Amino acid sequence: MSDVLLAAPSRRSLSLHDAKVRGIIYQLLLAASLLALAIGIAVQTASNMRARGIPLSFGFWNEAAGFDINQTLIPYDTLSTYGQAFWVGLVNTLYVSLLGIVLATILGFVIGIARLSPNWIVSKVAASYVEIIRNIPLLLQLLFWYNAVLKTLPAPRASIELPGGIYLNNRGLIIPEIQLYAGAGSVGLAFLAASIFSVAFWSYARRARDRTGKQLPVLWVSLAALIGLPLIVFLLVGSPVSFVTPELKGFNYRGGHQLYPEFAALLIGLSVYTASFIAEIVRSGIQAVPKGQTEAAHALGLAPGKTLRLVIVPQALRIIIPPLTSQYLNLTKNSSLAVFIGYPDLVQIFAGTVLNQTGAAVQVMAITLSVYLAISLVMSMAMNAFNQRFAIVER
Amino acid sequence: MSGQSLHPPLVSAPLLPPMAPPSGIRPSPATWIRKNLFSTPFSGVLTICFAILAAWLLHQLVSFAVLDAVWAGGQEECRANPDGACWPFIVEKFDYLRYGAYPVSERWRVDLTMAIGAVLIVWLLWKRAPRRNVAALLFFVAYPAVAFVLLRGVASLDLPVIDTVLWGGLLITLLMSIVGIVFSLPLGVLLALGRRSELPLVKAVCVTFIEVVRGVPFITVLFMANFMMPLFVPDYLTPDRLLRPLIAIALFSSAYMAEVVRAGLQAIPKGQYEAAKALGVSYFTMMRLIVLPQALTIVIPGIVSTFIGLFKDTTLVAIVGIADFLRAVETARVDPNWAGPTISSTGYLFAGLVYWIFCFGMSRYSQSMERALARGHKS
Repeated sequence: MSDVLLAAPSRRSLSLHDAKVRGIIYQLLLAASLLALAIGIAVQTASNMRARGIPLSFGFWNEAAGFDINQTLIPYDTLSTYGQAFWVGLVNTLYVSLLGIVLATILGFVIGIARLSPNWIVSKVAASYVEIIRNIPLLLQLLFWYNAVLKTLPAPRASIELPGGIYLNNRGLIIPEIQLYAGAGSVGLAFLAASIFSVAFWSYARRARDRTGKQLPVLWVSLAALIGLPLIVFLLVGSPVSFVTPELKGFNYRGGHQLYPEFAALLIGLSVYTASFIAEIVRSGIQAVPKGQTEAAHALGLAPGKTLRLVIVPQALRIIIPPLTSQYLNLTKNSSLAVFIGYPDLVQIFAGTVLNQTGAAVQVMAITLSVYLAISLVMSMAMNAFNQRFAIVER
Repeated sequence: MSGQSLHPPLVSAPLLPPMAPPSGIRPSPATWIRKNLFSTPFSGVLTICFAILAAWLLHQLVSFAVLDAVWAGGQEECRANPDGACWPFIVEKFDYLRYGAYPVSERWRVDLTMAIGAVLIVWLLWKRAPRRNVAALLFFVAYPAVAFVLLRGVASLDLPVIDTVLWGGLLITLLMSIVGIVFSLPLGVLLALGRRSELPLVKAVCVTFIEVVRGVPFITVLFMANFMMPLFVPDYLTPDRLLRPLIAIALFSSAYMAEVVRAGLQAIPKGQYEAAKALGVSYFTMMRLIVLPQALTIVIPGIVSTFIGLFKDTTLVAIVGIADFLRAVETARVDPNWAGPTISSTGYLFAGLVYWIFCFGMSRYSQSMERALARGHKS
């Protein structure tokens, strides 16, 4: 009966009063205007580029760049191509971002936990750090570290000498260079073997715990394997490492590994700034775990350390990780501020020097934007996978 | 009591004097210190370490900014003093830091624009102010036009046109942030509505725009606006050099604003939408009168924190040659007439203080708003 009463009208009315029809019309209008805009821009851009003699192809990629870059992790010289310059910039961006993420995470977690300390002065110092750093633009902080701190260090001849053959001056931090001899590879292999063993032992211990209820000392066994095995091999092959201490020759130091002030300022600035945001995320994540969880754990007789490690942290982490991911992405994007202090990152080399030399604005910007989008995409995918592992299984 | 006459009293008539509370319950300074600073030996060690650290930092700051600073005098005094800040430098550069190279005789126009803006913002944000919707209308519609006329000038109104090359300093920073908020909020609302739309194409376009813009650094957006916008349009339509970063900042922050507004839209119970539809209210009326007023109110803290981010991001426009406040500090800092040893530090300290006051003020407002909203939801 009700089926008959509620049956839809068989004839579809094609009137403007039908929301579906209107929806289709709106979308057609949107598509048409977007298409018109895109075609208009494309035509105009092509004609403007031709009129100004700007290259329309990606041919510049294989041309010689002709400029030098002072900080590279991969081989590069003046004769290299624009394409190689791009890779140098990308690797530098990833390098400073990864180091920054590690440092900012450590600093941020320490400060976030310190903010929750029952000790009044510790929590106040942490709170002041967050409130001061968070409310000052990152660029100002970078310029401060670079111009007011690192650039006012003494000149190379009057370097500050630190123990262990480390020198600090306005050209950067110069540390002894590590030279490896034959046999150093076997130390690396030993470390690899120890890592594989640790993972295997961890998974065995988990299964053993599920079966017997006894917890094996995973942490200590893996630490012993990870440190002990490479150390034994290191001593067996006869310490295949030597340090080359830097020496002052002329106006600068020769030998040794140099950490440039541009890199240091960017790394310090990014880590310090992002740490203030991570600290807030950590604080709110831990506070979001209900107090009843702590009380229940105590009531079950769990020690405070175990309560934190087995009850609070896993739940807090679930809340912390999504905003933490977006902070990591922010840090990576903010590393483009390198252009202001002259660290050769992707934007400085590629969207700066290469764009100015070739004039190929459209191609260069398209590549730069795609790289950042790809980094965002890969990082959010990785974090989503991680998040899924950690997500609580709800009833 | 009425029962007293029927039963003999069970309680002795003279009441015992009240006992003093046990020691340790009433917080005396000593118990407070024991509980909050020296609860365990480790906590005590931390207290001492952090107290020394805090005292040292405070001492450094106070001696640099106050005790050892040069308060009166000029370039000679600053050059002779390597320990403290050089405040005469800030005093001399103060007008430059505020207006850039805006002509001195016309600076009243900047002041007037800022005063109007300040009045409107206070009206808009003060919770108990009357007719805040009028303030919103004035701020988002009338104010941009008035500001344009005042700042740029219209020859027929006897206000000489000031070329944007001359604009600079705090004027640019505030202009960038105000333009950013005035245009990004409506755009962000549209994008958020589009993202939650049932029309697949509208949704796809909005999602793509939001995710692409949020995935790239602001500097690259500025580069694009600066280098590519002139290529996109015919020569006679090329936007002004100041207009290009303004467009960039408005588009960039609208993507972030859209995500904030979307959170608000999602927080509105489904029943509100369904009730509106059941009453036969059309989509736009439903959004305008029922959903958006509720959604925007609960995301005010989010809007303010996006605005703080936008305010800090305005510093990046220096990369395309716009002399914002920080750029003005950088220019003033390298003035050879003032080549004292602490000029850079003084400039950065002053700039940091200015930015901090703005951002901290806004974040305090957003926190108080958050508390007020939380109260409203509980009752």
